[in-house]
This record gives sequence, C-alpha cells and structure tokens, in this order.
Amino acid sequence: MSDVSASIPVDKKNRWMGGNQPMNASYGKLMMWFFLLSDALTFGGLLVSYGMVRYAHPSYLGKLPEFTFSKEYWPVPEKVFEAMPFLEGHYPLIFVSIMSFILILSSVTMVLAVEAGHRHDRKGVVKWMLWTMIGGLAFLGCQAWEWSHFIHGIDGVGASLASNPYGPQTFAQFFFFITGFHGFHVFSGVVILFIIFYNAVVGTYDKRGHYEMVEKVGLYWHFVDLVWVFVFAFFYLL
Amino acid sequence: MQEQATSNVEVKPADPSKVRKLWTIAGVVGIITIAEIVLALVWSYPRDIVFIAAILALMIAKAFYIVSEFMHLKGEVKTLVWSILIPLLFVVWLVIALMFEGNATGEARGVLP
Repeated sequence: MSDVSASIPVDKKNRWMGGNQPMNASYGKLMMWFFLLSDALTFGGLLVSYGMVRYAHPSYLGKLPEFTFSKEYWPVPEKVFEAMPFLEGHYPLIFVSIMSFILILSSVTMVLAVEAGHRHDRKGVVKWMLWTMIGGLAFLGCQAWEWSHFIHGIDGVGASLASNPYGPQTFAQFFFFITGFHGFHVFSGVVILFIIFYNAVVGTYDKRGHYEMVEKVGLYWHFVDLVWVFVFAFFYLL
Repeated sequence: MQEQATSNVEVKPADPSKVRKLWTIAGVVGIITIAEIVLALVWSYPRDIVFIAAILALMIAKAFYIVSEFMHLKGEVKTLVWSILIPLLFVVWLVIALMFEGNATGEARGVLP
C-alpha cells in the first residue's frame, strides 16, 4: 500500500486529513478482521446455546462398557462417533481426529502461501494454495461421510431433525446445525481460495504489486480452522 | 504488457528459520490436539469438572496459537488486538456462564440429580 500513501501528502499532526491507515492495517484486512469477529459471534451464539442445552440434560453416570444409547441422558461422544470408512469395528474418535489433523495441515499450507506472497513468489503461492484447497476438499469429503453415517443411524433408526437414536433430540439438531454451518464455511472457503488461486495463476497480483488478497483469504481460512477447534472440543470431547 | 509488469517483480528468497517456525507451531497445535484426544479417551466416566476445565484450557491454548501466530494477530497494532479480543472474551464468559446456567435449569426442572 506504500504506492497509495506516497501519492497523498500525509499530515502527521492531523489524523483526520486522510492518507493514513487506521490501526496500521489496510482497509481490506481491517474489514476481514471485523467480518471474522462478527462471524465468531454467530458461532459463539450456536456454541453458547449448545453448552446450555448440553448441561441442562443429565450426563451418563455409569461405567463406559455398560453404556447404551438412551433418551434419558446425553450420549457419550466416543460411543456415537466410533466408525471408520471401509473398516469394521470400533475406532472411538479416530476418524474425527484425522479430520482435525487435515484441517491443521491445510492451515499450515495456507500460512506458507501467505509467506510466499510476502516474497512475491508466485510459484510458491500457487503450490501452497493448491495444497490448501486439497486439504479443504478432503475435510469436506470426510464430513460428508461422517454425516451420512450419522444420518444412517443405528438398528434401522436414522438421525434427523425429528428423530435421534443416539440420545436426546436436541443432540442431533445441534450436530446438524453446528457442524453444517462450519462445513458450509469450509465450502465457501474453498470457493474463495479457488478465486484467489486463479488470480494468482494468471498474474493479477504480480501486476498489482502485492499479494494482500492471499493474506486476506488466509485470515478467513485460519478462522475456519479456529472454529473447528471449538466445535471439536464441544461436540467430540466434552 | 503483462510480461513487462511481471518482470520488475523481484522474488525474494525464503527464510528457512521463518518456515521452520511455522512448522513448529503446527506441531505444537497437533500435539495439543493429541493430548485432548488422549484425555477424552482415558478419563474415566462419569466425567467431573476437572475434565471439562482441562479440555477448555487446551482448547483455548490451541486457539491462542492459531490466532496469534497463523493469523499473525500478535504483529498487529495493540488497538486492533484489543478490539478483536475484548468482544470475544465476553463470548467465552457467556459460554462458561451458560454451561452453569443450563445445569441450574436442569436442576430446577427436576431432570438433574
């Protein structure tokens, strides 16, 4: 942004004369931060209501091996989420842990793309953004499997907004709403990543002279990872 | 035209120590995740408040690393940092407060012991 401030005379004494950036961040980055803040409040609302309803229901008080699904108490997460694609048997929380690691890895590749952008390294940006998109799509694929397994249910009774074989009805509703809302964020993240990736490939940012758009989409992508940290802890661990 | 525009963009070499630091932070986040999963799998039932507090603490630690390092919030101006963090602190407070509130509601309705 130095080319902008160079063309406008900056009045250091009077901050209201224009030419300087509030909080030393460019307009786009600042607005991305405030968008993410408002998005965090939306997710906060969902998680707040989940936390309240979860602890308004009784917890399972027996021993783990004797656990059975019941409407009387909140289900134990490691008994609900214990399936793996292509494999028989019980793998408590393993599949969802793999999903978490995919998202963490895609966050690293994103931050490497931003780092390459700082160096005007177009090849690096393109390479690391491609990996990030692959990570995002892999996560979405895993979530699609997770959902279809959850919807399939147990003993012929499927989970939906109106029925839940695993426990209290609100458990299924919160699962669909919160992981669905997060999954939709991942999906729109992949779409935005692709747009920026395309621009980087055709050289838009070389002409512009900076790769700030990569930084902005990076902020969004890390936010999606951040939300998963909370969703993971609330849904699968507590 | 395009060639001319791109030819004056200089590619700077990568700084290996910077890249290594990014992978280290990813490793820390991964290790915290493993610690969370191990805690969730070995902690005996029924769960107590110590378990909930431990999971919430690890969750906050992970969030701190992602926001401060990956999103690079620690490199921003203090005003920006606080204008993002203060509203979120209220949300964290509300999450914890309403977990207790939910418990009280359940007791009042007689569904909780």
